[in-house]
Amino acid sequence: MDFGFSQEQELLRSTARKFLENECTSGFVRARMEEPAGVTDEFWAKLAEQGWLGLIYPEEYDGTGLGFVDLTVLMEEMGRVVMPGPFFSTVLLGGLAIREAGSPTQRKEWLTRIAAGQAKATLAWTEPSARWDAAGVTCTARDDKGRFVLNGTKLFVPDAHLADAIVVVARTGEGKAEDGVSLILVPKATRGVQVKLLPTMDQTRKLCEVTFQDAAVPADALMGVKGKAWPTLARVVERATVALCAEMCGGAQRVLDMTTDYAKIRIAFGKPIGTYQGVKHKAADMLVDVENAKSLTYYAAWAVDENSPEAPLAASMAKAYVTDAYRKVAGAGIQLHGGIGFTWEHDLHLYFKRAKSSEFTFGDATYHRERVAQLINL
Amino acid sequence: MDLSLTPDQETFRATVRSWLKTNMPREWKPTGSSEIPRAGQYDFLRRWQRTLFDAGYIGLTWPKEYGGGGLTFMEELILQQEMALAKAPPILNVLGVGMGGPTIIAWGNEEQKKRYPPKILSCEEIWCQGYSEPNSGSDLASLQTRAVKDGEHWVVNGQKVWTSFAHVADYMMLLARTDPSVPKHKGITYFLLDMKLPGVTVKPLRQITGEAEFNEVFFDNVRVHESQVLGGVNNGWAVGLTTLMYERLTLGFGLQMRLRIALEGLLELAKGMEKSGRVVTKEPVMRQKLAQLWIDTECLKYTGARAITKLLRGEMPGPEASTGKMAWVDTHQRLQEIAMEIEGPYSQLVKGSDWAVEGGVWAHSFLRSRANSIEGGTTEIQKNIIAERVLGLPKD
Repeated sequence: MDFGFSQEQELLRSTARKFLENECTSGFVRARMEEPAGVTDEFWAKLAEQGWLGLIYPEEYDGTGLGFVDLTVLMEEMGRVVMPGPFFSTVLLGGLAIREAGSPTQRKEWLTRIAAGQAKATLAWTEPSARWDAAGVTCTARDDKGRFVLNGTKLFVPDAHLADAIVVVARTGEGKAEDGVSLILVPKATRGVQVKLLPTMDQTRKLCEVTFQDAAVPADALMGVKGKAWPTLARVVERATVALCAEMCGGAQRVLDMTTDYAKIRIAFGKPIGTYQGVKHKAADMLVDVENAKSLTYYAAWAVDENSPEAPLAASMAKAYVTDAYRKVAGAGIQLHGGIGFTWEHDLHLYFKRAKSSEFTFGDATYHRERVAQLINL
Repeated sequence: MDLSLTPDQETFRATVRSWLKTNMPREWKPTGSSEIPRAGQYDFLRRWQRTLFDAGYIGLTWPKEYGGGGLTFMEELILQQEMALAKAPPILNVLGVGMGGPTIIAWGNEEQKKRYPPKILSCEEIWCQGYSEPNSGSDLASLQTRAVKDGEHWVVNGQKVWTSFAHVADYMMLLARTDPSVPKHKGITYFLLDMKLPGVTVKPLRQITGEAEFNEVFFDNVRVHESQVLGGVNNGWAVGLTTLMYERLTLGFGLQMRLRIALEGLLELAKGMEKSGRVVTKEPVMRQKLAQLWIDTECLKYTGARAITKLLRGEMPGPEASTGKMAWVDTHQRLQEIAMEIEGPYSQLVKGSDWAVEGGVWAHSFLRSRANSIEGGTTEIQKNIIAERVLGLPKD
């Protein structure tokens, strides 16, 4: 047993940290918050150059063929700098769905271009009902003379305004069951597809409304077997959730680092505030939260890589814990900084808001605890 | 990252599993509730530890020449996991095995290392820990029990308190002040004290559960031979800290195991009880609480695995090693509170009532769990230690 990172993974970590500290400074993040794109072409090209856009894709699609434990290292570092832009939506949602469910042609067409930084993608799943179950999928894809015609509204779709391809979760059958749900690969340029960027609390994560009004795509836009996409979707989301947890761990660790650094230098009543037990104890609680969050995330990443039957449970355990941990740590970070932590100028609010947007991505802690309860047969 | 076992380790697991199947004592009924042996179980647990010892399942990581197995923390972990699965009884000499023995192996001279550890493992000699005093708890270094040199002996006077097992112990890990003229950390010596020496008086201390599991120990001109000093005169603070480090590491495995057994017991309890006509496990709020307990219990396992990995690689344990005690305390106390919540009004009934659920064991373990955040370093002290040593915040 070896429950730690390899030398190669530690090397990836130090490379990523150095790169992101140089390229993804607070100034860069804040500039991206102010504009719709959330990324620059230059930055995106550099991510491609590092090989990170294709990190988890097979080599035949110009990827690096690495696993989720490797990805965990990278996501932690990206979370550490609240990296903006469509990395998560492209690599872990749209791209991963194509990797898992796409036909060889779809994979070849999209994964190679994603890895090269030439295409972006996303997943359009949730709708105004904000449900995570199959009953929440009401958007339809009607089979019409060798074409699929899509109608419906998707909400909370990350980075759809930037995506070239939108993987749409749509109903090709009647009813509300898991059976009848399909994945359709829709090029955004398709007529009848309308994307509206939404103003969001976390400006580092862009969310969109996507509406389909008789948007027609050819039959070969279908990914996988018609009506049988639910298990694949669950698998994609489970993996993306684990990656999200890793990103959250990185953010939480950074908040803890900033807070302890500040507690060592900020003087109150003639002493650094870190001298006082009221501060010490809160900082210790933050450390426990951060370390536990990592333990569960690392286990989930390993379980996913191994295709362990425990992977769904591991992913839900991680998301439930990490969600609460990041929210608590980010809040405590602001509290221990005092007034300065409440300002726009200080970076803490970026983390606080990222913690909140991540909380409601793929289910909050309550949702995942219930899933844990089901998976342990309660 | 690889959580799988080597073929040798798989064989070890299979061997332990089949051994437990054959050797689990029939009279042992796991209640799932309590992690602390109760007075009435001592003889039984002594025999159980002896059985484990004869099979080579105690002190797995200790060197062979001192009675141990010469194996790695991996085998220890596998053993503990199997014990948890089998809901095996705890061992009796938990302080000797968890703290005393490793400290002697780390600091003792050859004679001490040959003399004491094997009998700790075999349970021939029970050990207790003489650290806390009425006026020295969290501020342990302020302890006042005095040892004054007289020829070849040290003469000990003073008092210890909260001493588990003192009434059955053969030896004590004793910290006493041997030089009051130097700063408090520098004048303490660690003694291996024979509890049968004249002048040692043990008085049971009745606790919140109504039982007397702890004791007060009084020293009245107790003459300890100088050969019983461990790790050098006035070096007791450093030696004592080793004990605490081992306490956190090795007791940590055991604690995680007992927590897992308690959790299984709690889930069984929940499946058998109803609230407002609905089985507890079907009630949404209780499902949330039980799932969180499950997550927190599993989490301790993986945090432990990260710490063990560092040890196996020959590295120093990182921050993850220091959070275990706090996380365990929080989880276990919450587990016990939830047990009370599940039982509802029945939680008020204790041993002796026919109406008491599972003979009232949960009420007992609930009360006992209040000590968790005090014993072995209070949660407040743990947080200070983490803040100062791990996060580098300034000392007061």
